[in-house]
Amino acid sequence: MTTKAETGNVERVIFDGLAEVGAEPDDISREAEFEALDVDSLDLVELAQIVEEEFGVRLEGDDLKGLTTVGQVIDLVVKKAG
Amino acid sequence: MTRRVVITGTGAVTPLGVGAETLLDGWIAGRCGIADGEGSCDEFEPTDHLSRKEARRADRFTQLGIVAGDEAIAAAGLDSEGIDHDRIGCVIGTGIGGLTSLEEQVGVLRERGPDAVSPLSVPLMMGNAAAAAVAMRHGIHGQTYGIVSACAAGAHAIGAAARMIQAGDADAVVCGGAEATLTPIAIAAFGSMAATSPTGISRPFDARRDGFVMGEGAGVLVLEEAEAAEERGAEVLGELIGYAATSDAHHLTAPDPSGRAAARAVTLALADAGIQPSEIDYVNAHGTSTPLNDRSETEALKLALGEDAHRVPVSSTKSAIGHLLGAAGAVEAIATLGALRREIAPPTLGYGEPDEGLDLDYVPNDARPLATASGNGGARHIGVSNSFGFGGHNAVLCIAS
Repeated sequence: MTTKAETGNVERVIFDGLAEVGAEPDDISREAEFEALDVDSLDLVELAQIVEEEFGVRLEGDDLKGLTTVGQVIDLVVKKAG
Repeated sequence: MTRRVVITGTGAVTPLGVGAETLLDGWIAGRCGIADGEGSCDEFEPTDHLSRKEARRADRFTQLGIVAGDEAIAAAGLDSEGIDHDRIGCVIGTGIGGLTSLEEQVGVLRERGPDAVSPLSVPLMMGNAAAAAVAMRHGIHGQTYGIVSACAAGAHAIGAAARMIQAGDADAVVCGGAEATLTPIAIAAFGSMAATSPTGISRPFDARRDGFVMGEGAGVLVLEEAEAAEERGAEVLGELIGYAATSDAHHLTAPDPSGRAAARAVTLALADAGIQPSEIDYVNAHGTSTPLNDRSETEALKLALGEDAHRVPVSSTKSAIGHLLGAAGAVEAIATLGALRREIAPPTLGYGEPDEGLDLDYVPNDARPLATASGNGGARHIGVSNSFGFGGHNAVLCIAS
């Protein structure tokens, strides 16, 4: 059973997921850039797995290309869920 | 003129604690790091040394290797500016690699399917992960790779590092071994082949020995070309004066009972060092506590050392920490160097009942001052460290203080 992908939920899951993969919790925000959080492509795959498990939304490799901030990913997940 | 290889730093994480000196202090004092039939590094807490992110991107064997590497590199002062890191290599062996991670991800695959398998799986479990992590952490840009030769991997890594320096491919090499396989599959697998001790006791060379006790840990050394080390004013802890490796070509796991190929490795290592058996002060045995190894190793030492086999003190670090598999050769090289520097023959713990034919001086239970071999001028002590791996791989290091 997956959770409904509303902005608030998605933000919470992604913030938690980023902390889980090792980003500094205090640095995580919608505006934070992945590079500044030291989040690389391997971390993003893990994040995509967490998102899929939670919301049933599948992020393919190309989906994340060009996205640099946490907020962009949150918006993408909400959009794909809709 | 052959380039000489000196040792300028050591680091270890073992069941006796964190630190190379901790290992020596504990072993010489007769402490045993084995509990409940395992040599686990209970005092090692990864996040004491690594950030949470660094820790989750490294299998336990790599974590152990990183921490031993940090200690060795700090001791050698190899992180200093002005040292050309293009001329530093990194060779770290392992018997198996990231088995904890592999087991975990096999569970994920079975329970949740292929899409849930972690993208970190491969970098966690690959056998070169410890070498890669140490090189990345310290900006090492020379030759970097892992070596996989079961329980000889740590010694092979040191030998390969020495050759790299002698060939002129590097001026310094961070080298050693790391292993962390106290996992259900490894415990079951070594158990099912009857390699490990059902009683959980490591008592090498004793008549009651019934298998090895599995341990985990890491040992890392910094080897340097002697002149380069001298030029930068590094403290020289000892010298790797000889190395040789041979192969039994006998059986998947059992050593050749004649000890012939193992003896040849010892003989070749002494020839590489340009020394005679009469110059050896101490032998750090592979001494696994298995019925087969301890007998064939005793035979090998008799073949290689002749009359001197009965004079030289021979002891097994595995009596104090268990068998660290791919880390064993490196940890034991560090233990050998420490014994020579402290002029102490550390003991074979747990020794009580002599076995027929196993009649060398195994330094039973208590450390004692290291006598100087008759053929040795006395200016330095010389030790030999044996490592033999499943597959019949024999690697022997000859170290001088």
